[in-house]
Amino acid sequence: MSRIKRAFEDKKAFIAFVTGGDPDIETTEALIPQMAEAGADLIEIGIPFSDPIAEGVVIQEADARALAAGTTTDKLFDMVKRVREKVEIPLVFMTYINPIYTYGTEKFTKMCAECGIDGLIIPDVPFEEKEEVSGACEAAGIELISMIAPTSKERINMIASEAKGFLYCVSSLGVTGVRSKITTNIKEMVEQVKTVSDIPCAIGFGIATPQQAKEMAAVSDGAIVGSAIVKIIAQNGRACIQPVCDYVKEMKAAVASA
Amino acid sequence: MSEKKGRYGLYGGQYIPETLVPAVQEVEKAYEKYKNDPEFQKELKDLMEKYAGRPSLLYYAEKMTKDLGGAQIYLKREDLNHTGSHKINNVLGQVLLAKKMGKKRVIAETGAGQHGVATATAAALMGLECEIFMGKEDTDRQVLNCYRMELLGAKVHPVTSGTMTLKDAVNETMREWASRMDDTLYVLGSVMGPHPFPMIVRDFQKVIGEEIKQQLMEAEGKLPDAVIACVGGGSNAMGSFYEFIPDTSVRLIGCEAAGLGVDNPKNAATIANGSVGIFHGMKSLFCQDKYGQIAPVYSISAGLDYPGIGPEHANLNETGRAQYVPVTDDEAVEAFEYLSRTEGIIPAIESAHAVAYAKKIAPTFNKDQIIVVTISGRGDKDVAAIARYRGVQIFD
Repeated sequence: MSRIKRAFEDKKAFIAFVTGGDPDIETTEALIPQMAEAGADLIEIGIPFSDPIAEGVVIQEADARALAAGTTTDKLFDMVKRVREKVEIPLVFMTYINPIYTYGTEKFTKMCAECGIDGLIIPDVPFEEKEEVSGACEAAGIELISMIAPTSKERINMIASEAKGFLYCVSSLGVTGVRSKITTNIKEMVEQVKTVSDIPCAIGFGIATPQQAKEMAAVSDGAIVGSAIVKIIAQNGRACIQPVCDYVKEMKAAVASA
Repeated sequence: MSEKKGRYGLYGGQYIPETLVPAVQEVEKAYEKYKNDPEFQKELKDLMEKYAGRPSLLYYAEKMTKDLGGAQIYLKREDLNHTGSHKINNVLGQVLLAKKMGKKRVIAETGAGQHGVATATAAALMGLECEIFMGKEDTDRQVLNCYRMELLGAKVHPVTSGTMTLKDAVNETMREWASRMDDTLYVLGSVMGPHPFPMIVRDFQKVIGEEIKQQLMEAEGKLPDAVIACVGGGSNAMGSFYEFIPDTSVRLIGCEAAGLGVDNPKNAATIANGSVGIFHGMKSLFCQDKYGQIAPVYSISAGLDYPGIGPEHANLNETGRAQYVPVTDDEAVEAFEYLSRTEGIIPAIESAHAVAYAKKIAPTFNKDQIIVVTISGRGDKDVAAIARYRGVQIFD
C-alpha cells in the first residue's frame, strides 16, 4: 500500500501545506517533522513559482518570500531528502507545470522518487493535459494527484475514475485563501466520486477554522489547509514552528472528531 | 498544421486549473457554433465596417520609400481604427461572442491599455459590464488610457503583484475569471493563453492580412515581399501574417522588444532569449530562468513587455516560416520620431519596433520589391513617455 493510501486508512486525514523555503529552507526543514509530530497525516510542500495563478495573496506572498530567500527546486530536493529520514508520513510536492517542465519532467519525477516524495499536485495541469506528466510519474512511482472543482460536474466521473493517490476536491471557485463560508455542496461532489471510485477525497481551498475542518472532513476523507498555515508562518517568521504546531494539533483534533 | 487540440506543432494546449476548464470549453463550443453562423458574421462585419472603420488604409509611404532608397514601403494603418489600434478587431468579435453566450460582464488584461480601451469600448457599445486588470507600473506609465477606460464605464484594477506589468495583469484576470465565470467572459487580448484563445484572436485579427493582400493586389497587382509587424503576445503580427503563410515568397518578420539590448537583462525578446515552457495556459517560448521562474522582462513599450509569445508564433519560428528579430528601446524611439517627421504619422511605440526594422532592411531591397509594415496603433498614448525618455518635461 502506498504511503498516501495509508494516510487515509481507518481515519480522516489532516493535510497541511507549507511553501518550501518560506521564510527559508532551514525553517521548512525544521517545521515538517514537527508538523508530522503534531498530527499532520500528509504534508504538501509548495515549490515556489514566480506566477502562481491558482493562489490567493497569502500563498503568492509566501512564494515571493521563498524565491527572494534563494529557494530553488534543487535545494528543496536536498531538504526533502534530509526530512525523509525523519518522517514516515507521505510528502507531496505542489507546484506549477513550468518549474517541472523546465527542470525536465522525467528528471524531476526521478528526483522526487529518490528524495522520498510520494505525489505531485499540479494545479495548471487538468485532466486533458495530464499526459504531459503522467507517464513520467508512473515510471518513477510517483502518484499524480487529480483535482475536481465546483465547476467539474459531469467531468467528475472521468477524472475520478483515473485518479491516483487521493482526489483533491476544490471547495470553492477562485483561488486559494481563507473563506468565511464554503457554499459548494461538497457532500454531493464526494458522493459523485464514490459512485465510480473508492479513492480518498480531501477537501481544500478556504478551510481555516477547526469547525470548517470538521464539517468538511465529516462529508469526505480529509481536509487540506494551506493559507491559514502560511499566514502563521508569515506572522512569525522563523519563530513559526510552535504556533504552527499548536494550530496543526487543534485542526487534527477537529478532523479526527468528524 | 494540426489544430485539433489547439496545438501548433509542439506548442499550444490548455494548461489551466480544473476550475476554469469548463469555462474555457464553453468558449470553445460557442466559438465553434458562431464562427460559421452567417448572422454572427454579418453582425461582426457590420461592426467592423460601420463602427470600427474597416477596411483600414494601406498607405504608400512615399517619403519614407524615397528616403530609405530601397523597397517600396506600405503602411497598414491599424492606427486609424476606432480606439486607435488593431485591438478593436478582436474585441468586437469576442464581446459579440460574450453577448451571444448570454454573459453580462467581460474582464480583460491590458499592457499599454489599448486592449483595455478597446474592450471597454465594445462593452459600452454592447451594454456589458467591464473590468480591466492592468499592472500598477503600466497604470503609471499610461495614465491617459486608464482615464479613457473609466470614461467608457469600465473599472480599472491596478495589479500590484509580481512585476506589476502585463504578465501579472494576465495572472490576476485568470484568478478573477476562476472566481466568477457564470456571467463573465475573459476577453483575452492576444494570440496567447489556453486554447481556444490563440485561435479565436488570430481569426478575429486575420482581417489585417486579408486586407493587405487585397489592397496591395489592387495597388500593385502583386504580393508583398515582406510583411513586418511588432510582437508582444503577437496578435497584430499573427493577424498580418496569417493570410500569407501559404505564400512562401512573402517574408514574415516579427519584431520583438529588446529593451536595453538582448544581452542586457532588461529586455523582453522571447524568441531571442526564451526557452520552451508552459505558462498562462500554453506551451510556448518564455523568458525564464533554469528553474522555470518567469523572468521580469522590460521594454519601453508596455504592450510588448511580456515574457512569452503566442504558441503559433513559436511554431512559425521553429518551422522557419516566420523570422523574429529584436529591436531595442533606442531603435524604437528613433523610429517613432522618424515616422512622425517623415510621414506625419505618430505610431504607437509598439508599432515603432516594426518601423525600426523596416528602416534597417528597406535599403537592402530592390526598388521593385515591397515591404508592408503594420502600424498596429497610434502613438498619442506614448507621447508623454517619449518626452520623458528624451528628458522633456511636458506634464505637471
